[in-house]
Amino acid sequence: MAVKLPIYMDNHATTPVDPRVVEAMLPYLTDNFGNAASRNHVFGWTAEAGVEQAREQVASLIGAKAKEIVWTSGATESDNLAIIGAARFNEKKGKHIVTSVIEHKAVLDSCHYLEKEGWEVTYVQVGDDGLVKPEDVEAALRPDTVLCSIMLANNEIGTVQPIAAIGAICRANKVIFHCDAVQGIGRLPFDVNEMNVDMVSISAHKMYGPKGIGALYVRRGRPRFRIDPLIHGGGHERGMRSGTLAVHQIVALGKAAELAEHELASGGVEKQRALRDRLWAGLQGRLSHLYTNGSMDARLPNNLNVSFAFVEGEALMMAIKDVAVSSGSACTSASLEPSYVLRALGVDEELAHTSIRFGVGRFTTEDEVDYVVNLVSDKVTWLREMSPLWEMVQEGIDLKSIQWAAH
Amino acid sequence: MAYSDKLLDHYNNPRNMGALDKASDDVGTGLVGAPACGDVMKLQLKIDDKGIIEDAKFKTFGCGSAIASSSLVTEMVKGKTVEFASGISNADIAEELNLPPVKIHCSVLAEDAIKAAIADYERKQKQ
Repeated sequence: MAVKLPIYMDNHATTPVDPRVVEAMLPYLTDNFGNAASRNHVFGWTAEAGVEQAREQVASLIGAKAKEIVWTSGATESDNLAIIGAARFNEKKGKHIVTSVIEHKAVLDSCHYLEKEGWEVTYVQVGDDGLVKPEDVEAALRPDTVLCSIMLANNEIGTVQPIAAIGAICRANKVIFHCDAVQGIGRLPFDVNEMNVDMVSISAHKMYGPKGIGALYVRRGRPRFRIDPLIHGGGHERGMRSGTLAVHQIVALGKAAELAEHELASGGVEKQRALRDRLWAGLQGRLSHLYTNGSMDARLPNNLNVSFAFVEGEALMMAIKDVAVSSGSACTSASLEPSYVLRALGVDEELAHTSIRFGVGRFTTEDEVDYVVNLVSDKVTWLREMSPLWEMVQEGIDLKSIQWAAH
Repeated sequence: MAYSDKLLDHYNNPRNMGALDKASDDVGTGLVGAPACGDVMKLQLKIDDKGIIEDAKFKTFGCGSAIASSSLVTEMVKGKTVEFASGISNADIAEELNLPPVKIHCSVLAEDAIKAAIADYERKQKQ
Protein backbone atom coordinates (compact mmCIF):
# COMPACT_ATOMS: atom_id res chain seq x y z
CA MET A 1 0.00 0.00 0.00
CA ALA A 2 1.68 3.14 -1.18
CA VAL A 3 0.39 6.20 0.60
CA LYS A 4 1.77 9.62 -0.14
CA LEU A 5 2.89 11.50 2.96
CA PRO A 6 2.01 13.82 4.62
CA ILE A 7 -1.69 12.95 4.84
CA TYR A 8 -4.17 15.80 5.26
CA MET A 9 -7.00 14.97 7.66
CA ASP A 10 -7.74 18.45 8.99
CA ASN A 11 -10.51 19.49 6.60
CA HIS A 12 -12.32 21.54 9.26
CA ALA A 13 -9.35 23.91 9.40
CA THR A 14 -9.27 24.38 5.66
CA THR A 15 -9.70 22.35 2.48
CA PRO A 16 -7.43 22.12 -0.53
CA VAL A 17 -8.55 24.12 -3.56
CA ASP A 18 -10.17 21.76 -6.03
CA PRO A 19 -8.18 21.78 -9.32
CA ARG A 20 -11.40 22.51 -11.22
CA VAL A 21 -11.81 25.64 -9.07
CA VAL A 22 -8.25 26.74 -9.86
CA GLU A 23 -8.95 26.24 -13.54
CA ALA A 24 -12.10 28.35 -13.35
CA MET A 25 -10.47 31.25 -11.54
CA LEU A 26 -7.19 31.57 -13.43
CA PRO A 27 -8.55 33.42 -16.52
CA TYR A 28 -9.83 36.12 -14.19
CA LEU A 29 -6.24 36.82 -13.11
CA THR A 30 -5.02 37.17 -16.68
CA ASP A 31 -7.26 37.97 -19.67
CA ASN A 32 -10.39 38.81 -17.68
CA PHE A 33 -8.78 41.11 -15.15
CA GLY A 34 -11.35 43.88 -15.37
CA ASN A 35 -13.09 45.68 -12.54
CA ALA A 36 -16.65 44.39 -12.24
CA ALA A 37 -17.75 47.95 -11.52
CA SER A 38 -16.48 49.25 -14.89
CA ARG A 39 -19.74 49.69 -16.75
CA ASN A 40 -18.47 51.05 -20.05
CA HIS A 41 -16.10 48.52 -21.56
CA VAL A 42 -15.82 44.84 -22.27
CA PHE A 43 -13.26 44.17 -19.52
CA GLY A 44 -15.74 45.32 -16.92
CA TRP A 45 -18.63 43.43 -18.53
CA THR A 46 -16.67 40.17 -18.60
CA ALA A 47 -15.70 40.54 -14.95
CA GLU A 48 -19.25 41.39 -13.99
CA ALA A 49 -20.56 38.36 -15.87
CA GLY A 50 -18.17 36.12 -13.93
CA VAL A 51 -19.30 37.65 -10.63
CA GLU A 52 -22.99 37.29 -11.46
CA GLN A 53 -22.59 33.69 -12.57
CA ALA A 54 -20.90 32.97 -9.25
CA ARG A 55 -23.75 34.65 -7.42
CA GLU A 56 -26.17 32.28 -9.17
CA GLN A 57 -24.00 29.29 -8.31
CA VAL A 58 -23.77 30.13 -4.60
CA ALA A 59 -27.48 30.99 -4.43
CA SER A 60 -28.37 27.70 -6.10
CA LEU A 61 -26.41 25.70 -3.51
CA ILE A 62 -28.51 27.13 -0.63
CA GLY A 63 -31.87 27.62 -2.36
CA ALA A 64 -31.55 31.41 -2.40
CA LYS A 65 -31.93 34.12 -5.05
CA ALA A 66 -28.76 35.55 -6.58
CA LYS A 67 -29.56 39.07 -5.34
CA GLU A 68 -29.47 37.77 -1.76
CA ILE A 69 -25.74 36.96 -1.90
CA VAL A 70 -23.24 39.56 -0.59
CA TRP A 71 -19.53 38.94 -1.16
CA THR A 72 -17.19 39.33 1.80
CA SER A 73 -13.55 38.56 2.59
CA GLY A 74 -14.51 35.37 4.41
CA ALA A 75 -16.74 33.99 7.10
CA THR A 76 -15.25 36.08 9.91
CA GLU A 77 -16.32 39.21 8.04
CA SER A 78 -19.68 37.62 7.20
CA ASP A 79 -20.32 36.87 10.89
CA ASN A 80 -19.27 40.39 11.92
CA LEU A 81 -21.42 41.99 9.23
CA ALA A 82 -24.45 39.86 10.07
CA ILE A 83 -24.32 40.36 13.82
CA ILE A 84 -23.03 43.90 14.18
CA GLY A 85 -24.78 45.08 11.02
CA ALA A 86 -28.18 43.71 12.00
CA ALA A 87 -27.78 44.87 15.59
CA ARG A 88 -26.89 48.45 14.62
CA PHE A 89 -29.68 48.85 12.08
CA ASN A 90 -32.33 47.45 14.40
CA GLU A 91 -31.30 48.80 17.78
CA LYS A 92 -34.45 50.90 18.12
CA LYS A 93 -36.33 47.63 18.60
CA GLY A 94 -34.12 46.50 21.45
CA LYS A 95 -30.58 45.58 22.39
CA HIS A 96 -30.65 41.86 23.12
CA ILE A 97 -29.04 38.96 21.22
CA VAL A 98 -29.28 35.20 21.69
CA THR A 99 -26.48 32.84 20.68
CA SER A 100 -24.86 29.64 21.98
CA VAL A 101 -21.74 28.95 24.03
CA ILE A 102 -20.13 26.82 21.30
CA GLU A 103 -20.31 29.32 18.45
CA HIS A 104 -17.20 30.18 16.46
CA LYS A 105 -15.08 32.98 17.90
CA ALA A 106 -16.10 35.26 15.04
CA VAL A 107 -19.68 35.13 16.38
CA LEU A 108 -18.78 35.18 20.08
CA ASP A 109 -16.34 38.05 19.74
CA SER A 110 -18.80 40.08 17.64
CA CYS A 111 -21.28 39.61 20.50
CA HIS A 112 -18.65 40.58 23.09
CA TYR A 113 -17.97 43.72 21.07
CA LEU A 114 -21.65 44.67 21.15
CA GLU A 115 -21.80 43.98 24.89
CA LYS A 116 -19.23 46.75 25.32
CA GLU A 117 -21.66 49.01 23.44
CA GLY A 118 -24.44 48.24 25.89
CA TRP A 119 -26.04 45.22 24.27
CA GLU A 120 -27.10 42.22 26.34
CA VAL A 121 -26.33 38.73 25.08
CA THR A 122 -27.76 35.43 26.28
CA TYR A 123 -25.46 32.47 25.66
CA VAL A 124 -27.57 29.31 25.44
CA GLN A 125 -25.90 26.19 26.86
CA VAL A 126 -25.56 22.90 25.00
CA GLY A 127 -26.15 19.37 26.27
CA ASP A 128 -23.36 16.81 26.66
CA ASP A 129 -24.21 15.81 23.07
CA GLY A 130 -23.10 19.25 21.89
CA LEU A 131 -26.57 20.20 20.70
CA VAL A 132 -28.60 23.36 21.25
CA LYS A 133 -32.19 22.66 22.29
CA PRO A 134 -34.73 24.80 20.36
CA GLU A 135 -36.78 25.20 23.55
CA ASP A 136 -33.74 26.74 25.26
CA VAL A 137 -33.49 29.29 22.46
CA GLU A 138 -37.21 30.02 22.78
CA ALA A 139 -36.86 30.49 26.54
CA ALA A 140 -33.98 32.93 26.01
CA LEU A 141 -35.97 35.22 23.67
CA ARG A 142 -37.24 38.48 25.13
CA PRO A 143 -39.46 41.27 23.77
CA ASP A 144 -36.30 43.28 23.07
CA THR A 145 -34.44 40.44 21.29
CA VAL A 146 -33.31 41.62 17.87
CA LEU A 147 -31.13 38.79 16.67
CA CYS A 148 -30.36 35.13 17.21
CA SER A 149 -27.20 33.47 15.86
CA ILE A 150 -26.73 29.69 15.93
CA MET A 151 -24.19 27.75 13.87
CA LEU A 152 -25.16 24.96 11.47
CA ALA A 153 -22.30 22.64 12.42
CA ASN A 154 -19.59 23.00 15.02
CA ASN A 155 -16.02 23.35 13.79
CA GLU A 156 -14.52 21.14 16.51
CA ILE A 157 -17.00 18.38 17.23
CA GLY A 158 -19.08 18.54 14.04
CA THR A 159 -22.44 18.50 15.79
CA VAL A 160 -25.31 19.68 13.57
CA GLN A 161 -27.83 21.97 15.22
CA PRO A 162 -31.60 21.84 14.65
CA ILE A 163 -31.54 24.99 12.54
CA ALA A 164 -35.00 24.64 10.95
CA ALA A 165 -36.70 24.36 14.36
CA ILE A 166 -34.73 27.26 15.84
CA GLY A 167 -35.46 29.30 12.71
CA ALA A 168 -39.19 28.66 13.05
CA ILE A 169 -39.10 29.91 16.65
CA CYS A 170 -37.24 33.06 15.62
CA ARG A 171 -39.63 33.67 12.73
CA ALA A 172 -42.65 33.32 15.03
CA ASN A 173 -41.10 35.80 17.46
CA LYS A 174 -40.00 38.29 14.76
CA VAL A 175 -36.33 37.82 15.63
CA ILE A 176 -33.72 38.00 12.86
CA PHE A 177 -31.99 34.61 12.59
CA HIS A 178 -28.37 34.31 11.48
CA CYS A 179 -26.64 30.97 10.89
CA ASP A 180 -22.89 30.52 10.62
CA ALA A 181 -23.04 27.62 8.16
CA VAL A 182 -19.35 27.54 7.28
CA GLN A 183 -18.68 23.94 8.32
CA GLY A 184 -21.95 22.52 7.03
CA ILE A 185 -22.34 24.10 3.59
CA GLY A 186 -21.41 21.56 0.94
CA ARG A 187 -21.38 18.74 3.51
CA LEU A 188 -25.10 18.81 4.28
CA PRO A 189 -28.14 19.73 2.17
CA PHE A 190 -29.09 23.29 3.14
CA ASP A 191 -32.03 25.35 1.91
CA VAL A 192 -32.54 28.84 3.32
CA ASN A 193 -36.32 28.58 3.12
CA GLU A 194 -36.60 25.16 4.72
CA MET A 195 -34.20 26.32 7.44
CA ASN A 196 -36.10 29.55 8.17
CA VAL A 197 -32.88 31.57 8.17
CA ASP A 198 -32.48 35.30 7.42
CA MET A 199 -28.68 35.45 7.13
CA VAL A 200 -26.11 32.73 6.41
CA SER A 201 -22.30 32.96 6.59
CA ILE A 202 -20.34 31.02 3.98
CA SER A 203 -16.60 30.54 3.49
CA ALA A 204 -14.92 29.39 0.28
CA HIS A 205 -11.90 27.72 1.83
CA LYS A 206 -13.99 25.27 3.82
CA MET A 207 -15.55 23.99 0.60
CA TYR A 208 -12.55 23.48 -1.70
CA GLY A 209 -12.25 27.11 -2.74
CA PRO A 210 -9.51 29.65 -1.96
CA LYS A 211 -8.96 31.59 1.27
CA GLY A 212 -9.90 35.23 1.51
CA ILE A 213 -13.40 35.03 0.05
CA GLY A 214 -16.78 34.36 1.59
CA ALA A 215 -20.38 35.36 1.33
CA LEU A 216 -23.27 36.46 3.46
CA TYR A 217 -26.77 35.48 2.43
CA VAL A 218 -29.14 38.31 3.35
CA ARG A 219 -32.82 37.55 2.86
CA ARG A 220 -34.84 39.95 0.70
CA GLY A 221 -38.57 40.22 1.00
CA ARG A 222 -40.62 39.07 3.93
CA PRO A 223 -39.97 39.29 6.73
CA ARG A 224 -38.22 42.49 5.75
CA PHE A 225 -35.12 43.60 7.59
CA ARG A 226 -31.95 45.50 6.83
CA ILE A 227 -28.38 45.70 8.08
CA ASP A 228 -25.84 48.49 8.49
CA PRO A 229 -22.58 48.10 6.54
CA LEU A 230 -19.28 47.78 8.37
CA ILE A 231 -17.15 48.86 5.41
CA HIS A 232 -17.95 52.10 3.65
CA GLY A 233 -16.91 53.23 0.21
CA GLY A 234 -18.17 52.85 -3.32
CA GLY A 235 -21.52 51.35 -2.42
CA HIS A 236 -20.80 47.92 -3.86
CA GLU A 237 -23.02 44.98 -2.96
CA ARG A 238 -26.10 47.20 -2.64
CA GLY A 239 -24.29 49.28 -0.07
CA MET A 240 -23.82 46.42 2.36
CA ARG A 241 -20.14 45.84 1.59
CA SER A 242 -18.09 48.39 -0.30
CA GLY A 243 -14.81 47.52 -1.96
CA THR A 244 -13.74 46.45 -5.44
CA LEU A 245 -14.88 42.88 -5.95
CA ALA A 246 -12.18 40.18 -5.88
CA VAL A 247 -13.42 38.80 -9.17
CA HIS A 248 -11.11 35.77 -9.46
CA GLN A 249 -11.89 34.69 -5.91
CA ILE A 250 -15.62 35.21 -6.37
CA VAL A 251 -15.54 33.11 -9.56
CA ALA A 252 -13.68 30.46 -7.57
CA LEU A 253 -16.28 30.45 -4.78
CA GLY A 254 -18.99 30.13 -7.41
CA LYS A 255 -17.29 27.14 -9.00
CA ALA A 256 -16.71 25.59 -5.57
CA ALA A 257 -20.43 25.97 -4.84
CA GLU A 258 -21.35 24.34 -8.14
CA LEU A 259 -19.05 21.39 -7.39
CA ALA A 260 -20.42 21.10 -3.84
CA GLU A 261 -23.98 20.99 -5.14
CA HIS A 262 -23.01 18.26 -7.58
CA GLU A 263 -21.20 16.30 -4.89
CA LEU A 264 -24.20 16.45 -2.54
CA ALA A 265 -26.43 15.12 -5.32
CA SER A 266 -24.07 12.40 -6.49
CA GLY A 267 -23.14 10.67 -3.23
CA GLY A 268 -19.71 12.21 -2.75
CA VAL A 269 -20.57 13.20 0.79
CA GLU A 270 -21.69 9.66 1.59
CA LYS A 271 -18.26 8.49 0.47
CA GLN A 272 -16.76 10.76 3.11
CA ARG A 273 -19.14 9.40 5.73
CA ALA A 274 -18.04 5.86 4.87
CA LEU A 275 -14.39 6.87 5.25
CA ARG A 276 -15.09 8.54 8.60
CA ASP A 277 -16.93 5.43 9.80
CA ARG A 278 -14.06 3.24 8.60
CA LEU A 279 -11.63 5.40 10.58
CA TRP A 280 -13.68 5.17 13.76
CA ALA A 281 -14.29 1.42 13.42
CA GLY A 282 -10.59 0.86 12.72
CA LEU A 283 -9.49 2.77 15.81
CA GLN A 284 -12.04 0.98 18.00
CA GLY A 285 -10.77 -2.34 16.67
CA ARG A 286 -7.25 -1.59 17.86
CA LEU A 287 -7.66 0.55 21.00
CA SER A 288 -9.71 0.66 24.20
CA HIS A 289 -10.71 3.68 26.30
CA LEU A 290 -11.80 5.85 23.36
CA TYR A 291 -14.49 8.47 23.84
CA THR A 292 -16.21 10.43 21.07
CA ASN A 293 -17.05 14.05 21.84
CA GLY A 294 -20.52 15.20 20.78
CA SER A 295 -23.46 13.39 19.24
CA MET A 296 -22.52 10.75 16.67
CA ASP A 297 -25.98 11.01 15.08
CA ALA A 298 -26.43 14.75 14.52
CA ARG A 299 -22.92 15.17 13.17
CA LEU A 300 -21.11 16.22 10.02
CA PRO A 301 -20.45 13.17 7.84
CA ASN A 302 -16.70 13.85 7.71
CA ASN A 303 -16.01 14.66 11.37
CA LEU A 304 -14.59 12.47 14.12
CA ASN A 305 -13.60 14.02 17.45
CA VAL A 306 -12.27 11.43 19.83
CA SER A 307 -10.46 11.43 23.16
CA PHE A 308 -7.64 8.91 23.48
CA ALA A 309 -7.66 8.61 27.27
CA PHE A 310 -4.26 8.75 29.07
CA VAL A 311 -2.47 10.20 26.02
CA GLU A 312 -2.03 13.98 25.74
CA GLY A 313 -3.19 15.41 22.41
CA GLU A 314 -0.13 17.44 21.44
CA ALA A 315 2.18 14.52 22.22
CA LEU A 316 0.08 12.31 19.96
CA MET A 317 0.15 14.90 17.19
CA MET A 318 3.95 15.01 17.44
CA ALA A 319 4.06 11.23 17.19
CA ILE A 320 1.92 11.19 14.04
CA LYS A 321 3.63 14.18 12.45
CA ASP A 322 2.98 12.90 8.92
CA VAL A 323 -0.76 13.14 9.54
CA ALA A 324 -2.37 16.56 9.85
CA VAL A 325 -5.11 16.69 12.52
CA SER A 326 -6.08 19.08 15.34
CA SER A 327 -6.39 18.75 19.10
CA GLY A 328 -8.57 20.33 21.78
CA SER A 329 -5.65 20.03 24.16
CA ALA A 330 -4.52 23.12 26.01
CA CYS A 331 -0.98 22.47 24.86
CA THR A 332 -1.90 23.21 21.27
CA SER A 333 -3.44 26.58 22.08
CA ALA A 334 -1.67 29.83 22.80
CA SER A 335 -3.81 30.36 25.90
CA LEU A 336 -2.98 26.96 27.46
CA GLU A 337 -6.71 26.55 28.01
CA PRO A 338 -8.40 23.39 26.75
CA SER A 339 -11.10 23.81 24.11
CA TYR A 340 -14.07 25.93 25.26
CA VAL A 341 -16.31 23.78 23.11
CA LEU A 342 -15.34 20.56 24.90
CA ARG A 343 -15.69 22.29 28.28
CA ALA A 344 -19.17 23.48 27.31
CA LEU A 345 -20.13 19.83 26.70
CA GLY A 346 -18.95 19.00 30.21
CA VAL A 347 -16.09 16.84 28.91
CA ASP A 348 -13.67 16.15 31.79
CA GLU A 349 -10.64 18.40 31.50
CA GLU A 350 -8.35 15.38 31.52
CA LEU A 351 -10.22 13.94 28.54
CA ALA A 352 -10.26 17.32 26.77
CA HIS A 353 -6.46 17.22 26.85
CA THR A 354 -6.54 13.91 24.97
CA SER A 355 -8.92 14.91 22.17
CA ILE A 356 -8.07 14.75 18.49
CA ARG A 357 -10.22 16.14 15.66
CA PHE A 358 -10.14 14.26 12.37
CA GLY A 359 -11.78 15.74 9.29
CA VAL A 360 -11.77 13.60 6.16
CA GLY A 361 -12.35 15.32 2.86
CA ARG A 362 -13.17 15.08 -0.82
CA PHE A 363 -9.70 13.77 -1.65
CA THR A 364 -9.23 11.35 1.27
CA THR A 365 -8.71 7.71 0.24
CA GLU A 366 -9.35 4.38 1.94
CA ASP A 367 -5.63 3.66 1.93
CA GLU A 368 -5.00 6.91 3.78
CA VAL A 369 -7.63 6.04 6.38
CA ASP A 370 -6.10 2.60 6.91
CA TYR A 371 -2.64 4.12 7.23
CA VAL A 372 -3.91 6.61 9.82
CA VAL A 373 -5.68 3.87 11.80
CA ASN A 374 -2.46 1.88 12.02
CA LEU A 375 -0.20 4.81 12.79
CA VAL A 376 -2.48 6.35 15.43
CA SER A 377 -3.08 2.96 17.07
CA ASP A 378 0.65 2.20 17.24
CA LYS A 379 1.51 5.63 18.65
CA VAL A 380 -1.33 5.67 21.19
CA THR A 381 -0.17 2.26 22.39
CA TRP A 382 3.41 3.56 22.65
CA LEU A 383 2.38 6.72 24.52
CA ARG A 384 0.14 4.73 26.87
CA GLU A 385 3.13 2.53 27.74
CA MET A 386 4.81 5.79 28.68
CA SER A 387 1.81 7.15 30.59
CA PRO A 388 1.76 6.86 34.41
CA LEU A 389 -2.02 7.21 34.25
CA TRP A 390 -2.35 4.16 32.00
CA GLU A 391 -0.07 2.23 34.38
CA MET A 392 -2.22 3.19 37.36
CA VAL A 393 -5.42 2.20 35.57
CA GLN A 394 -3.85 -1.18 34.69
CA GLU A 395 -3.07 -1.61 38.39
CA GLY A 396 -6.72 -1.00 39.17
CA ILE A 397 -6.23 2.46 40.71
CA ASP A 398 -9.13 4.87 40.36
CA LEU A 399 -7.55 8.09 39.10
CA LYS A 400 -10.36 10.12 40.61
CA SER A 401 -9.45 8.81 44.08
CA ILE A 402 -6.05 10.52 43.95
CA GLN A 403 -5.44 13.99 45.36
CA TRP A 404 -3.70 15.64 42.43
CA ALA A 405 -1.82 18.85 43.01
CA ALA A 406 -3.15 21.30 40.43
CA HIS A 407 -0.47 23.56 39.04
CA MET B 1 5.53 24.95 17.34
CA ALA B 2 9.19 24.74 16.45
CA TYR B 3 11.07 22.54 18.88
CA SER B 4 14.82 22.08 19.26
CA ASP B 5 16.49 19.00 17.79
CA LYS B 6 17.47 17.92 21.29
CA LEU B 7 13.87 18.09 22.50
CA LEU B 8 12.64 16.14 19.50
CA ASP B 9 15.35 13.53 20.04
CA HIS B 10 14.32 13.03 23.68
CA TYR B 11 10.66 12.85 22.64
CA ASN B 12 11.21 10.41 19.78
CA ASN B 13 13.77 8.28 21.66
CA PRO B 14 12.92 8.66 25.33
CA ARG B 15 15.71 7.54 27.69
CA ASN B 16 14.97 5.42 30.74
CA MET B 17 11.26 5.10 30.15
CA GLY B 18 9.76 2.50 32.47
CA ALA B 19 9.27 1.66 36.12
CA LEU B 20 11.25 0.57 39.17
CA ASP B 21 9.80 -1.35 42.11
CA LYS B 22 8.03 1.35 44.06
CA ALA B 23 7.80 -0.92 47.14
CA SER B 24 11.57 -1.23 47.38
CA ASP B 25 13.26 0.73 50.19
CA ASP B 26 15.98 2.10 47.91
CA VAL B 27 13.56 3.49 45.32
CA GLY B 28 12.05 6.94 45.70
CA THR B 29 8.95 7.70 43.62
CA GLY B 30 7.78 11.20 42.73
CA LEU B 31 4.37 11.69 41.13
CA VAL B 32 3.63 15.30 40.23
CA GLY B 33 1.15 17.22 38.11
CA ALA B 34 -2.55 16.55 37.51
CA PRO B 35 -4.51 14.91 34.69
CA ALA B 36 -6.83 17.93 34.52
CA CYS B 37 -3.85 20.17 33.80
CA GLY B 38 -2.70 17.89 30.99
CA ASP B 39 0.54 16.65 32.51
CA VAL B 40 1.52 14.06 35.11
CA MET B 41 5.12 12.94 35.66
CA LYS B 42 6.28 9.91 37.58
CA LEU B 43 10.01 9.86 38.30
CA GLN B 44 11.66 6.98 40.15
CA LEU B 45 15.21 7.06 41.54
CA LYS B 46 17.11 4.00 42.80
CA ILE B 47 19.65 5.29 45.30
CA ASP B 48 22.50 3.28 46.88
CA ASP B 49 23.70 3.60 50.46
CA LYS B 50 26.37 6.12 49.46
CA GLY B 51 23.72 8.47 48.10
CA ILE B 52 24.48 7.77 44.45
CA ILE B 53 21.57 7.53 42.01
CA GLU B 54 22.11 4.10 40.45
CA ASP B 55 19.09 4.13 38.20
CA ALA B 56 16.28 6.45 37.12
CA LYS B 57 13.04 5.70 35.29
CA PHE B 58 10.16 7.88 34.22
CA LYS B 59 6.64 7.71 32.90
CA THR B 60 4.91 10.86 31.73
CA PHE B 61 1.45 11.84 30.55
CA GLY B 62 1.84 15.18 28.83
CA CYS B 63 2.91 17.06 25.78
CA GLY B 64 6.16 16.47 23.90
CA SER B 65 8.01 19.00 26.07
CA ALA B 66 6.90 17.26 29.26
CA ILE B 67 8.03 13.87 27.95
CA ALA B 68 11.36 15.28 26.77
CA SER B 69 11.92 17.11 30.08
CA SER B 70 11.41 13.93 32.08
CA SER B 71 13.62 11.91 29.74
CA LEU B 72 16.38 14.51 30.04
CA VAL B 73 16.15 14.55 33.84
CA THR B 74 16.74 10.79 34.07
CA GLU B 75 19.92 11.25 32.02
CA MET B 76 21.08 14.17 34.14
CA VAL B 77 20.75 12.40 37.48
CA LYS B 78 21.94 8.87 36.70
CA GLY B 79 25.26 8.16 38.42
CA LYS B 80 25.11 11.46 40.28
CA THR B 81 24.63 12.17 43.97
CA VAL B 82 21.31 12.99 45.56
CA GLU B 83 22.79 16.37 46.46
CA PHE B 84 23.58 17.08 42.82
CA ALA B 85 20.09 15.99 41.72
CA SER B 86 18.33 18.18 44.25
CA GLY B 87 20.30 21.14 42.92
CA ILE B 88 18.93 20.81 39.35
CA SER B 89 16.65 23.73 38.58
CA ASN B 90 13.94 24.13 36.00
CA ALA B 91 16.10 26.73 34.26
CA ASP B 92 18.79 24.07 33.65
CA ILE B 93 16.20 21.82 31.98
CA ALA B 94 14.55 24.62 29.98
CA GLU B 95 17.92 25.83 28.71
CA GLU B 96 19.13 22.37 27.74
CA LEU B 97 15.98 21.68 25.69
CA ASN B 98 15.53 25.27 24.53
CA LEU B 99 11.91 25.18 25.68
CA PRO B 100 9.59 27.83 24.22
CA PRO B 101 8.17 30.21 26.89
CA VAL B 102 4.73 28.55 26.97
CA LYS B 103 6.42 25.24 27.83
CA ILE B 104 8.50 26.42 30.80
CA HIS B 105 5.98 24.82 33.17
CA CYS B 106 7.08 21.42 31.85
CA SER B 107 10.58 22.04 33.22
CA VAL B 108 9.13 23.23 36.53
CA LEU B 109 7.22 19.98 36.75
CA ALA B 110 10.40 17.99 36.03
CA GLU B 111 12.23 19.81 38.83
CA ASP B 112 9.30 19.09 41.15
CA ALA B 113 9.46 15.42 40.16
CA ILE B 114 13.12 15.14 41.20
CA LYS B 115 12.42 16.77 44.56
CA ALA B 116 9.35 14.59 45.14
CA ALA B 117 11.28 11.40 44.32
CA ILE B 118 14.11 12.34 46.71
CA ALA B 119 11.65 13.26 49.44
CA ASP B 120 9.96 9.87 49.05
CA TYR B 121 13.33 8.11 49.27
CA GLU B 122 14.32 10.05 52.39
CA ARG B 123 10.98 9.30 54.02
CA LYS B 124 11.52 5.59 53.40
CA GLN B 125 15.04 5.75 54.85
CA LYS B 126 13.79 7.31 58.07
CA GLN B 127 11.26 4.56 58.62
